[in-house]
Amino acid sequence: MRLAGLVVFAVGAALLPVLFPDNYFVLVVGVSVGLYVILAVGLNLLMGYAGQISLGHAAFFGMGAYASAILTTRFAWPSLLAMLAGLALAGLVAWVLARPILRLRGHYLAMATLGFGIVVHVLMVQSVAWTGGPDGMGSIPPLNLLGWSVDTDLRWYGVVAVAMLLAIWLSLNIVDSRIGRALRAVRGSEFAAQTLGVDTTRAKTQVFVVSALFAAFAGSLFAHQQAFVSPDSFSLMVSVELVTMVVLGGMASTFGAAFGAITLTVLHESLVVFEDYEMLIHGALLMLVMIFLPQGLFVGLSQGARRAWRAIRFKGISE
Amino acid sequence: MLEQLFQFLVTGITVGSLYALVGLGFALIYNASDVVNFAQGEFVMLGAMTAISLVAAGFPLPLAAVVAILITIGVGLALERFAIEPSLGASVVTTIIITIGAAIVLRGVALLIWGKDFHALPAFSGDTPIHLGGATLLPQSLWVMGAAVLLVGLVRAFLNRTLLGKALLACSFNRAAAQLVGINVRVMLRLAYGLSAGLGAIAGILIAPITFSSYEAGIMLGLKGFCAAIIGGFGNPMGAVAGGLLLGVLEALGAGLISSGYKDAIVFVFVLMVLFFEPTGLFGHKSADRV
Amino acid sequence: MNARLRNTLLTLCLLAGLNLAHAADPIKIGSFLTVTGPASFLGDPELRTLQMVVEEINAKGGVLDRPIQLIHYDTGGNARDALNYVKRLIRSDKVDIIVGGTTSGDTLAVIPEVEKEGMPLISLAGAIEIIDPVKKWVFKVAHTDRMAAAKIYEDLNQRGLSKVALITGDGGFDKSGREQLRQLAPEYGIQIVADESYGNKDTDMTTQLTKIRASDAQALINFGFGQAPAIVTRNVKQLGIDLPLYQSHGVASKTFIDLAGPAAEGVRLPAAALVVAEELSDADPQKPVLLAYKNQYEAKHGPVSTFGGHAYDGIMIALAAIERAGGTDKAKVRDEIEKTQGFIGASGVFAMSPEDHMGLTLDAFKMVEVRDGAWTLVENAE
Repeated sequence: MRLAGLVVFAVGAALLPVLFPDNYFVLVVGVSVGLYVILAVGLNLLMGYAGQISLGHAAFFGMGAYASAILTTRFAWPSLLAMLAGLALAGLVAWVLARPILRLRGHYLAMATLGFGIVVHVLMVQSVAWTGGPDGMGSIPPLNLLGWSVDTDLRWYGVVAVAMLLAIWLSLNIVDSRIGRALRAVRGSEFAAQTLGVDTTRAKTQVFVVSALFAAFAGSLFAHQQAFVSPDSFSLMVSVELVTMVVLGGMASTFGAAFGAITLTVLHESLVVFEDYEMLIHGALLMLVMIFLPQGLFVGLSQGARRAWRAIRFKGISE
Repeated sequence: MLEQLFQFLVTGITVGSLYALVGLGFALIYNASDVVNFAQGEFVMLGAMTAISLVAAGFPLPLAAVVAILITIGVGLALERFAIEPSLGASVVTTIIITIGAAIVLRGVALLIWGKDFHALPAFSGDTPIHLGGATLLPQSLWVMGAAVLLVGLVRAFLNRTLLGKALLACSFNRAAAQLVGINVRVMLRLAYGLSAGLGAIAGILIAPITFSSYEAGIMLGLKGFCAAIIGGFGNPMGAVAGGLLLGVLEALGAGLISSGYKDAIVFVFVLMVLFFEPTGLFGHKSADRV
Repeated sequence: MNARLRNTLLTLCLLAGLNLAHAADPIKIGSFLTVTGPASFLGDPELRTLQMVVEEINAKGGVLDRPIQLIHYDTGGNARDALNYVKRLIRSDKVDIIVGGTTSGDTLAVIPEVEKEGMPLISLAGAIEIIDPVKKWVFKVAHTDRMAAAKIYEDLNQRGLSKVALITGDGGFDKSGREQLRQLAPEYGIQIVADESYGNKDTDMTTQLTKIRASDAQALINFGFGQAPAIVTRNVKQLGIDLPLYQSHGVASKTFIDLAGPAAEGVRLPAAALVVAEELSDADPQKPVLLAYKNQYEAKHGPVSTFGGHAYDGIMIALAAIERAGGTDKAKVRDEIEKTQGFIGASGVFAMSPEDHMGLTLDAFKMVEVRDGAWTLVENAE
């Protein structure tokens, strides 16, 4: 079932540029969608499977982006090395913060992650000499994969599609692994998990770091693809949007998170014309889904679909 | 140097009074429902913007203020009725996201009505600064501080002296027990939301003459009010007030003595420290978790 | 109907059809402006002006018998959105030229993209980096921050003041302006005794001003745009700071005066002559152009601002270049923009060249002061 889903994604991603060649929406928006899928899937591991809320996830996205941006632009590092540096930075920060932050629960955890996100954002805005301040920094050199320069829309589409599939595959594997089972135990009841001998602190720390790595990876790709980064891409609102994606799709579902990312990004692009209404629609969507379909749109819809399918199949029998 | 310090203190207490009122709103709602209302800051914004529109339409300031407060209370009650009540008993994460969604909706509506422009309210008693020991004080600041003292005092009396207020507090200690003694929790919930919305609106109207207001004004205010409630210890209304004042002074001193650019970072780092080392707040009581 | 008549009618129809088809191929002008957000009183008059000019010219038959189509996006002052919209304009909307970039931040963010794609850009923003060093495809029609700094220092010299305190925001224009102020100070014998900064979205600058109050500054220069300078101006009054306050041309609009209220009295800044058009001498070649634009704009939209003037200049220069180039071939249009000479615009008289992609000189700036809630010319400035 899971592998089937991955194949569907792969085929879909491959077909789109074939069906709509040289299409701005497919190539540029598609890349955006891919990056947000990576972010959402990573966040979903933390929120959906480990049950921890994070309102500061954009900070890790930003760390990857700025690390790549600053190191390749100001210090002429090769892009892959800069990406590794970004991953290391995000991973380290996540590891150090995991223990004190993940001890908190509920609203305190929300506040702590929120505060963390804001502190990082302020740093991005204020460190003008490094980051270029609120107006951002541009002229970021293209991503260079061992000699192959990613400098056309089509190449970017390919790279991000592969990265997205990789992220989904990784997430599916983690969920099914020992760590994944430990995480689900934590989500069910942390105390029960502890009494069963699960090292909950270690499991939570690991997932926090992994989700941070996903985000930093997406961030590095983002920086090179846009050739421009500014703190606006990593604000509190972006963190909230990421949470929206995970929640919209349905927590504890990799494909749900991906679905949420796709839906929200496409919605955002199509609502550009109704820019003023976008905020209202976004908030209303969030509220309505959470009030009426708290298990998420994707899960809710697929459950509904399954029920309908069964009703059709067994219609004759139950008569 | 001393007079600079005094000036920072004045700014700090003024803005701290604002955080205190917002934090009080958070605490009241949390007491009644175990829900953190992330839309609290938007109540402040709505109160201010509505009053500004009414004044621009020709209403005299006092009337505009009263009407704005009533409208905001209405919004608060609507929020409770249509977003909170249908989802009582949902998980913490779910309710957090619902109130965040509500905040975004309110902001979206404000954006549609008032656009992204900045607006100001005329000061209640003029703009002439008062000179006090080397620092200048706006008459409006006195209004803010005075009103905050009055309101906090009233709320405190309400909670401790009246039956209704005590019922509200009872909900926070143990909801099931409160219901058993005949307290209508639903009504308490509405009371809490209405009261918080009212407090927020008053705070917004008070501060609008000093700082410009816009559809986004609620975000940071809400967050900092939330911090005030955390510092004070969740569930402790007076603690939230103290937390708010502390936060305001800290922010002003941080901006003045360290760096004005980093002032938000300073505030949130402080809150993070409180969360890491004293999560029940500086004035809160230790609580035990039920398994 | 005989064959001849029928053939004539058919030919006429065909010609009409061809004409329609030909005329339906519009000239697409793309634009990205800060119509909403903290810099809305810059972007809003710019958009209205562009729309007004497009409507007027289309009513007269368009340019080269083609109608003009304006495609614009609102960036809200967000540099990231500016870049996204410009990419959209270039690749999805496929515009012929871009007149826009209200703010320096927005403009600087998109320059690498327009340079890469070969799209002519006429910016309405102030920072000198936009055209210095010169970039092939980038032009601008607003006075630079360097010019503003020079004008302010000139005025200070005339008033015999030499110690100044700076307070600037964190936007591209602010930072650039501050840089220019610092660089030019020694040339005019000015000493900078305090240098504070704030965030463009901040709502209270009393802390920074308190520190300035404690210094021995004789004058205050606030270089910024949008609503923050209005807050600074109010705070200055609130703190009882009695020093002369200078602003930059980033606030040359009635909205600034409205927002700052009575605190704006006595504030001086360098601005395009548009805001004091009536006070110009009749011999000034700018006067008729300014009055024409002013009357047309104010009939529908309220008081003019220099920003609308920049938009006017931008689109007029763009259309004139397209006309001279005989089409919308981007390279040709670019060359023609570079050859703009003697164009009397709302911001001054333009004379561009391959080395100068702006074309304005210092005398295109006038020193104005706020008196009784309106702009007046400061007499002793040249």
